[in-house]
Amino acid sequence: MAKFTAKPKDLIQIDFKNPKTGWMDTPVEIREHMFCHPAKAKELETVGFPNIHEWRPQDENWNLPEGWKETVLNGIKERLQKYRSFHVFMDICVRCGACADKCHFYLGTGDPKNMPVLRAELLRSIYRKYFTASGKILGKTAGARELTEDVLKEIWYYYYQCTECRRCSVFCPYGIDQAEITMIGRELTNLLGLQLGWIGGPVANCYMKGNHLGLEPHTIKSNIEMMLDDIETITGIRINPTFNRKGAEILFVTPSGDLFAMPGIYTAMGYLMLFHELGLDYTWSTYASEGGNFGFFSSNEMAKRLNSKIYAEAKRLGVKWVLGGECGHMWRVLHQYMDTWNGPADFLEVPKSPITGTVFDNAKSAKMTHISEFTADLIKHGKLKLDKSRNDHLKVTFHDSCNTARGMGMFEEPRYIIKNVCNHFYEMPENTIREKTFCCGSGTGLNASENMELRMRGGLPRANAVKYVHEQHGVNMLANVCAIDRATLSASMDYWVPGVGVAGISELVGNALVMEGEKERTADLRGETLPGKEGAE
Amino acid sequence: MSFNKLLSEKKPAILKKWFDAILDTYPAETADFLKKQKDRFANPVGSTIYSGMDSLLNSLLNADDPDTISKYLDDIVRIRAVQDFTPSQSLAFVFKLKDAVREEMSGESNAGDFPGELIAFERRVDALALTAFDIYMKCREKIYDLKANELRNMTVKLVERANLIFEARYRDIDLKDLVLEGNKSERGE
Ligand code: SF4
Ligand code: SF4
Repeated sequence: MAKFTAKPKDLIQIDFKNPKTGWMDTPVEIREHMFCHPAKAKELETVGFPNIHEWRPQDENWNLPEGWKETVLNGIKERLQKYRSFHVFMDICVRCGACADKCHFYLGTGDPKNMPVLRAELLRSIYRKYFTASGKILGKTAGARELTEDVLKEIWYYYYQCTECRRCSVFCPYGIDQAEITMIGRELTNLLGLQLGWIGGPVANCYMKGNHLGLEPHTIKSNIEMMLDDIETITGIRINPTFNRKGAEILFVTPSGDLFAMPGIYTAMGYLMLFHELGLDYTWSTYASEGGNFGFFSSNEMAKRLNSKIYAEAKRLGVKWVLGGECGHMWRVLHQYMDTWNGPADFLEVPKSPITGTVFDNAKSAKMTHISEFTADLIKHGKLKLDKSRNDHLKVTFHDSCNTARGMGMFEEPRYIIKNVCNHFYEMPENTIREKTFCCGSGTGLNASENMELRMRGGLPRANAVKYVHEQHGVNMLANVCAIDRATLSASMDYWVPGVGVAGISELVGNALVMEGEKERTADLRGETLPGKEGAE
Repeated sequence: MSFNKLLSEKKPAILKKWFDAILDTYPAETADFLKKQKDRFANPVGSTIYSGMDSLLNSLLNADDPDTISKYLDDIVRIRAVQDFTPSQSLAFVFKLKDAVREEMSGESNAGDFPGELIAFERRVDALALTAFDIYMKCREKIYDLKANELRNMTVKLVERANLIFEARYRDIDLKDLVLEGNKSERGE
């Protein structure tokens, strides 16, 4: 909803039509409910971000630091030299428009500046003006424009309406990746102290305490203890995991959302049960207590700094390899960046399942394996006893997270697991899944509450496909392998498709897993009575 | 020919005019896309609005029950309620149906034969507008609910722990039951 400031005479004017102006001549309007609040000075100080100052997106004056324009232009120059991809992306777009209608934010907002090609153009126009001969001479005719305060605001506004999901790049004949352009654009805004609270806060917490919420070791432990209580109530089995144990074979790292947030905690209960049943020699860490990395939404350097704890902890504990939980952007980072940033981790071994003997060659260098790869392999080798009927109350569909799908190409493992632990599985339409999956609409640190309208608009294309399987097949559970999805899709479903819950795949595994010595299960991991077990116990 | 029959015959033209009127509230390039892309998954806004309007027109013609009409209206209003419009801009499209009907009818030689029916039809459109307003308000309230719920979901274990400590101190309750109870109440049971 637009801010309600209509004058009485406007109220009766129902002939609202959109003005027709070219994008360069349509000034940016920073609208309520579309942006996130700025980061607090203290948070930015913690990690040494530059140019910390008081400002509010909705204000006319952003109190930009002196010389801000040079800072941005130098920032662009430096990045053009450093990242060849950025330079290429600034030059090669032929404006064919193939990407234009592929962005969930464009589809939901209808705002042309959310077309990936225009989003890029916002920055590209600056590049042309200051870094190309034609732009310097021809100006607007060559698609170039001055960097003004309004232009900067526009870049800020729309680069925080991009979740770096890369869907657009799938359709671009040149493979232009707007996600990378957005990353650079966000780095530039960070040079001026224009960080979001929802990113700056988790980054500072992660830097100081190891995880986004700033949970301390005793809190992490007691949160897991409470899950163990729940597991005992449901299965009759008491599990005793270890923390920070030196000499364990495997270090397990998961997004911290699994430790305290709904419905992520049920996913974590699934991990605990699976590892117990396997008798896995593993340990949790209260230091590497966050697989997620909001630094990735700030700058390359910040992401690298926050990521370094994973190998450091693996080394300190002397484990052989690292197993990772269900997360989206965490895997983009681990799969594509960790090794070059903080590797080579030659003190680790190539991940090898102690249960099946499978060597995960795909993780030969990074030495970290995804829980879905690990679990799918266990099922394939018949190592798990599963009672699918314990998920019979669920009609499940699967949302491919942008990062595990387009960022690491993991399509089959989660589906294979679901089909082995659930009797009712229905795919969403082809153009909304796998590499063409639609973003949840709230990734890259945009999962705040003040921008809920933006999130709902961006979440519509995904929700629209869920609604279809909900209506066609009675789907009532949206499974996924991402902690941000688990939180944000819950809100999206609540608004767009009430009656559909959200679950991590390991939760479904936990429901179906027949454990040695367990009592008869009468409830699922959420404590909900299983069909046919009413009155039992 | 009866009014309803005439209206049914004119339905495709009325629908087109009505749809065009709502498209006008979007930027030109977007309106074009919303209109042309027929795949409902590639174009959720355009296709939902179009099929919602189509169903609404049918429902008005068939005098369907209010619940059915509400459902179709909900599909459209739910989208408009989170887009860049003031409340009046969001809902003005309902009244545009009157214009579309009148314009289409005006060319008909026997259009003047049903003044009573036309007024009755327009009354139904007015009722539709009021229902749209109710739905709009519910959508907006939902947005605020989401914000509150999300914050609670995000910290459920932490809050639960604080509650447990409190409960354990003041009441003699089995902690495990309390955890399960806590889970249930989180789900609003
Ligand atoms: S990366 Fe995703 S959010 Fe960003 S422009 Fe492309 S499709 Fe849109
Ligand atoms: S698809 Fe690629 S080349 Fe075509 S407009 Fe988009 S970014 Fe440019």
